[in-house]
Order: sequence, then C-alpha cells, then structure tokens
Amino acid sequence: MMKIEKKENNLLKNAVLILIFAAIIVLLDLDIIGDNYVRRVLNLAAIYAIVSVSMNLVNGFTGLFSLGQAGFMAIGAYTVAVFTVPVEARKAIFYIVPQSPLVANIELPFFVALILGGLLAALVAILIGMPVLRLKSDYLAIATLGFSEIIRIVFTNMKTITNGALGIKSIPQMPTMWVFFGAMIISVILIVLLINSSYGRAFKAIREDDIAAEAMGINLFKHKVLSFAIGAFFAGIGGGLLASLLGTVDPKQFYFTMTYNFLLIIVLGGMGSISGTVIASFVVTVGLEVLRFFDDSLVLFGYEVPIFRAGFRMVIFSILLMILVLFFRNGLMGQKELSWKMVGDFFNGKKSPKNNRKGGAA
Amino acid sequence: MSVLKVDSVVMQFGGVVAVNNLNIEVEKGHIQALIGPNGAGKTTAFNVITGVYTPTKGNVYLNNEKITGLTPDKIAMKGIARTFQNIRLFKNLTVLDNILIANHLHVKSNFISSTLRLPWSKAEERHMREKSEMLLNKLGLLHLKNEIAHSLPYGEQRKLEIARALATDAKLLLLDEPAAGMNPHETMALSNFIYTIRDEFELTIFMIEHHMDLVMEISDKIYVLDFGQLIAEGTADEVKNNPRVIEAYLGVEEDAEN
Repeated sequence: MMKIEKKENNLLKNAVLILIFAAIIVLLDLDIIGDNYVRRVLNLAAIYAIVSVSMNLVNGFTGLFSLGQAGFMAIGAYTVAVFTVPVEARKAIFYIVPQSPLVANIELPFFVALILGGLLAALVAILIGMPVLRLKSDYLAIATLGFSEIIRIVFTNMKTITNGALGIKSIPQMPTMWVFFGAMIISVILIVLLINSSYGRAFKAIREDDIAAEAMGINLFKHKVLSFAIGAFFAGIGGGLLASLLGTVDPKQFYFTMTYNFLLIIVLGGMGSISGTVIASFVVTVGLEVLRFFDDSLVLFGYEVPIFRAGFRMVIFSILLMILVLFFRNGLMGQKELSWKMVGDFFNGKKSPKNNRKGGAA
Repeated sequence: MSVLKVDSVVMQFGGVVAVNNLNIEVEKGHIQALIGPNGAGKTTAFNVITGVYTPTKGNVYLNNEKITGLTPDKIAMKGIARTFQNIRLFKNLTVLDNILIANHLHVKSNFISSTLRLPWSKAEERHMREKSEMLLNKLGLLHLKNEIAHSLPYGEQRKLEIARALATDAKLLLLDEPAAGMNPHETMALSNFIYTIRDEFELTIFMIEHHMDLVMEISDKIYVLDFGQLIAEGTADEVKNNPRVIEAYLGVEEDAEN
C-alpha cells in the first residue's frame, strides 16, 4: 500500500516538474520573460544535451572511447545548410565558386534536411566504424579524432557544395524554442528507450566485459557499429539544429576542440548517466556564459586587476575542471539516474553508502 | 554419439606449442573433465573450442558440424556456452540483467522495433524476462535478481556465471575451474549442482578442474594434459593409476630423491 502511494506521489511530482519546465519554455518562447540572448543560450544547451547524450551512449554505455562527435555534427550541420538555404539566396552565398548543379536547385523542408543530416552522419559512421571499431580504447580515440578532422577538411575543400572556408550563411532560423527542446526531449527519450532495450543491455555487456559478451553470443562488431552509428545519427541531428540556431556554418566551428566540450559534459554528468548528462549540458553551457564577466576588465578601487582579460574565463573553467576530476571522478551522477529519492536524500543530508563521493557533488 | 569432437588440434603461438595434437571426444549427456598441471594448455584448449583462438592445425566439430574458425559469438549461437577461470560477470549490472544479456542472442526484433517497444518486441522482452526469472528460480538465485553482480558472495557469483551460460540455451557447457577458490563444503555442493543442471537441462558438461576429489567423483571420462600433450585418458581409476599421470603431477621419484 505504502509503495503504491509513493509511486503516485512521485508521478504527481514529475507531472508538476514537467509543467513548470513547459511553462518556463512557453513564457520564454512568447518573449514574456528573458531575452534573445537567454533563449539562444538555452537552445544551445539543448543541442549540447542531444550531442552529449548520444556521445554518452557510445562512450559511457558501450565503452567505446570515441572522439568523433564534432565531425558527425559537421555532417548534419552542412546537410541542413546546403539543403535549406532558399535557392534564390544561394547565388549571393556562392559568389566565388558557383554551387554544384547536383544540389543547386534542391531545397528541402527543415525537418527533412535535419533527418537526412542524421542519416548521412550515421552512414559515414558505419563506413568509418568498419575499420576503426576493431581498435580499442586510446587507439580508437585517436582514430576517431583523426576522422573527425578529415571530415572537417573535406568540407573545407568541397567548395562547390559547402562554399569552403567561407561557410554558408542565411540558413533559415527556427522561430520557436520548441524545435530545439522538442528535438532534445525526443532524442533523450529514444536513447533512454534504446538503453533499456535488449540492444542497450548488449551495449552495456560490451562495456563491462567484451570477452564474456562475445562468449554469450553477442556479435561485438555489429553491436559496436550499431552504437557508433546511432551516436553519430543524433550528433548529426544536433549539428543540423546548431546550423539553424546560428544561421551560419563554417568549417572552423567543427574543430576537434568542440568534441572536448561534450567530453567534459559527459565526464561532469557521469559516464553512463543520461539525466546527469542532460543536467551537465545545461550547467556547462550556461556556466560558460556566466563566467563571461572574467573576460571583461575589472577595476577595483581604481586599480585595474591585470588578470581579468579576454580568455581568463577559460582559465577559471579549466581550474573547475581539474577540481572536478580530482575530487568528483564519477561526475555528478556516476552511473545512476536522477530520482526523487536521490533529491530527497540530498536535501535531508543523507548520503546513500555507495554514493557519498558522487552525490555530494550535486 | 559424441557432441564435441576435437580432432588433432595444434595451437601454436609463435614458437610455443601450447596444445599439440589434441584429440578429445565428449559424449552426449556425459560429464567429462580435462585435467593437468598449471600451464598444461587446458584453458588454451577451451579457447580453441569456443573460438577465441583459431587452431594452427586440426578441427573442432560440434554434433559433426565443423566449427573451426567461427567467432565466439557464432559458436555460442551453435550451442556451446562457457564460464571463465577468473569469473567474468557483467559486474556492475544486476543479476537479472546478466541473465537477460545471455538471452540477447535469440532476439529477433531489430533495434528500431526494440527501441520503440513495438508489440512483438514487447512480447519478446516479456517472454525473455519470464524465462530468465524461471531459470534463476530453478537455480535458487531468484531472490538476488536485483542485486548488483559484483556484490554477490563468491560462490553465488560462480553459480550466476553458470546460470548465465545456461541462459544461452546451450547444450554443451564448458566450465573452466568451477570449484576454484571453494572450500570442501562448497565443492560438495557444486558437484550436486552440476549433476542437477545436467539432468534438468539435458546438458553435456566438459570441465577443467584442479580439485581431484570433485573430478574423480563426477567425471565419466578424464583427459590429462601435460605440456600441451594428451598423456592419458579414461575413467577416474584408469587415470589415477596411470604412471605418466603420477609422473606429471608428482615428478619422477629419482628426481625427488636427488
């Protein structure tokens, strides 16, 4: 009896929480609270959440140390850019080298281009994955990092399709936050469902012990490629959304350092925790903005503090990162998911016995 | 009829011959054992049978079908399951998840219908869970189903590893030192357990073991390996009195005196 009551109670709490979030987004969306800057940062955080959760599927749940996320995002971003810019606007963009007739007259609706971008990213992931996923740990990381750079350089040089280093401008921007948050919610739900399916369990088995997994009849190669391709699909979706959010793409955005943002997010959130990753996406994206005042010069009592200058923000950020790695190695959530019990325990000052190092970080 | 046939298998790593010209036949319904001193090549032989290594020469047959060169997952699908010398459970997952993972090889739904919880995938998942719980119940592990595997006591972990192998629906079970680290009491319980599962699941069991009491008690036939060579085979009594076996285990007497 107690248990059922508790369940209903949690259901009610969840419903209230979802309503509050939905209300906040509606208010933001209708321009009643916040401004364009706030909306932009939150949309970016939603995109980062999609890409980080997909990266966590590959790195945290399947145990493949892949660093190719930026490359797959570039594929999604360029697909959206190439196919959604209105045909009449393209002449002005491709003013040095005309666009290849192959794609010059094709204009797709945003959502079609978005899905296509995801699928192309997955396709490339399968092709890359065939040779690369035979490698393990560090070698896999180096190889995927390399491929991510190759993708970026290919885009820089495919001038007739991608406009090279000049990038593509005037990408139609989505008018509502619901596009980004909707995509985030759907992506996260799909990945959670996948992780809790038989395939998700097989992924976790590979992470835990690949020799035992193979002896239990799990085809390692097939499942690794599957996880890698699904991760790339959602990274592609994230990239497509980023193109729409910014309204412009150019190859420099997808420099391999971008992948480290996502790596930071999944380490901070906890490898193997979806809710941790989503929370960390917002903490990191918003945190990077909040720390921006370190980049401005600061005058105290008529004395200009010398270290406050452009770039200091990243120094602070790196220090925070080091503290995190030193003291909270499992991230906010470890491999656990957020639950009401966890929140309750935290506020009551209780610490579950195994959680005292992880939970404390929240 | 022999379920498993290892036919003149040679396994060479560079210049080292780990297993030399090995011939083994395991009869259906039997419990057979592979024994030998440390480093004799027993686990290598297991790894050849389960596809971890492809033999340099020779072949392995399962029910007269050649399985040499197949990958471990394909061999698991054909019906050979194994446990490991140093327990290899999926440590951070629950007991039930460990069993469910061993069921994955029978999953027919693809990842999309599985993710979207389409009706047939849901039915498949439900069937899988019922089957797994039934198995845990039979082996007396059901009350532990939500425990994390590495939190179980050692003996239960060994048992869970056997349960996981059974969950693949294998008919041939390879046990790599199932009694390692067990006290005499636990070893006794294990021998009863092996009999029970053999009868209950109509298994054929082939095992590597160091506890001679256990091996002598339950094996229908024993193979003795030393330096990669088969030096004896036969029933417990035949092997026990074989001078070459005594020599391999205890050394030659003259050596001892010097």
